[in-house]
Amino acid sequence: MLTSVASRLGAIFILTGLFPATAFAEDTLNGADTAWILTSTALVLLMTLPGLALFYGGLVRSRNVLSVLMQCFSIACMISILWMAYGYSIAFSDGSPYYGDLSKAFFAGMTEDSLSGTIPESVFAMFQMTFAIITPALIVGGFAERMRFSGMLWFSALWFTFVYAPITHWVWGGGWLGEMGLLDFAGGTVVHITAGVGALVAAVVLGKRTGFPEKPMPPHNLTMTVTGAAMLWVGWFGFNAGSALAANGDAGMAMLVTHISAAAGSLAWMAMEWIRFGKPSVLGIVTGMVAGLGTITPASGFVGPAGALVIGLSAGVTCFIATQVIKRVLKIDDSLDVFPVHGVGGILGTMLAGVFACDQLGIFSGQGYAEGVTMGAQLKVQAIGVIATLTYTAVATYLILKVVGWISALRASEEEENRGLDLSEHDERGYDL
Amino acid sequence: MKLITAVIKPFRVDDVREALAEVGVQGITLTEVKGFGRQKGHTELYRGAEYVVDFLPKIKLEIAVADDQLDSVVEAITSAAKTGQIGDGKIFVSNLEQVIRIRTGERGQDAL
Repeated sequence: MLTSVASRLGAIFILTGLFPATAFAEDTLNGADTAWILTSTALVLLMTLPGLALFYGGLVRSRNVLSVLMQCFSIACMISILWMAYGYSIAFSDGSPYYGDLSKAFFAGMTEDSLSGTIPESVFAMFQMTFAIITPALIVGGFAERMRFSGMLWFSALWFTFVYAPITHWVWGGGWLGEMGLLDFAGGTVVHITAGVGALVAAVVLGKRTGFPEKPMPPHNLTMTVTGAAMLWVGWFGFNAGSALAANGDAGMAMLVTHISAAAGSLAWMAMEWIRFGKPSVLGIVTGMVAGLGTITPASGFVGPAGALVIGLSAGVTCFIATQVIKRVLKIDDSLDVFPVHGVGGILGTMLAGVFACDQLGIFSGQGYAEGVTMGAQLKVQAIGVIATLTYTAVATYLILKVVGWISALRASEEEENRGLDLSEHDERGYDL
Repeated sequence: MKLITAVIKPFRVDDVREALAEVGVQGITLTEVKGFGRQKGHTELYRGAEYVVDFLPKIKLEIAVADDQLDSVVEAITSAAKTGQIGDGKIFVSNLEQVIRIRTGERGQDAL
């Protein structure tokens, strides 16, 4: 028991960048902290249901709108159960530096009195559950409009088990990347790089949608997309500021820098489109917002407002260019641009966290590194974190897709794709107008 | 009797409707359609992906009139739908053999 408390404290230490001196409250429940994490949990669930579902739903063609909503919804349900069954235990029990054990399977030993830091363990487990839900749901954008529902369920379950849960353990569950001192406040590696790379590999393995890139595949309802995007922005306050796991100054600063980066990313993408294509677009500004938010995520507990401004602006520009390269130059059909926005944003943010955490940058200063760590040393750790996450996710995702392709069909037939997944997979239509 | 089929820009519909009412038109059938003429389509950009949209939204009006109404109705549509820009649309006039009012069974000009 003692060792599991120690490991939990370790996770919290990594998450918040707190000094051990502030961990004295280990055995006392803090009502304010608990209230904020309860709130944050609701906000992060709102990001997937309905935020991401609407964001993605509007981006596909009308014949596939229900399939995307269904994928997001069913992932939320399935991952919740798997998180209870073994995901939480793999991610947050001791085990090895690479994989937790099953001592907390089915939330074993959790009672209303169990604490994780200053909050009930039930609240911590539930908060983390919402992160586990949104990560595979993000990948939906990579294979949208062509993946079989059954294949999608198999893939999401296995990917959660062999990619999300272990990498969470590496970074936040007392595993090797966390021990090494990787700065990932709210999931640049754990959530955004894994989801981005997973989507890219899935897009390549499944192949292009029929007709891509010659045939137009415009979004069918941008109003829905903007509605979902706005919910993502609000929900992201729970994601990043909630990752402080306390109602304190870290949470406040995380919320502030998150907001600044979202605004800067939006404007940067809008400006890039305006310069490059002559018109600022609605889809562009909201995509820049997601880029700004994804990129600040790993850095949100370590940087200051001016650092966040730079991070947001560079996110808008970099992710815009990445989107053009992936889709127009490499012609990879990552349908809803998950890799260029989340993957590239996650990589950029994880590296920039290593820069703007520095407290020697004047107005651009952050909260400082751990004692005795230099920027060079921190950047090396960040790079190891990025490369390890990226490589492992790419290989594991590829293998999982091969296995799923063997158990169940991955891809809808051309006829089913043309009819639309709503009818061919679900016997329903999104609209009867 | 003549059947007038007019394809016009959607935002001119209200003006055309008023102009037709002023010259005594009793009934109009309206359909939302898509098409192109000399205006061709337009391009749309989504995250840098350019799509050429060939068919533009238009409104199709169908009006059955007596022969002596033809000129005033065509004039009303022309003046109300005209913006002077390419894409204002077209008016097609065809002979109408028979009109029947379903409720009363009236035929011909009485049914208009």
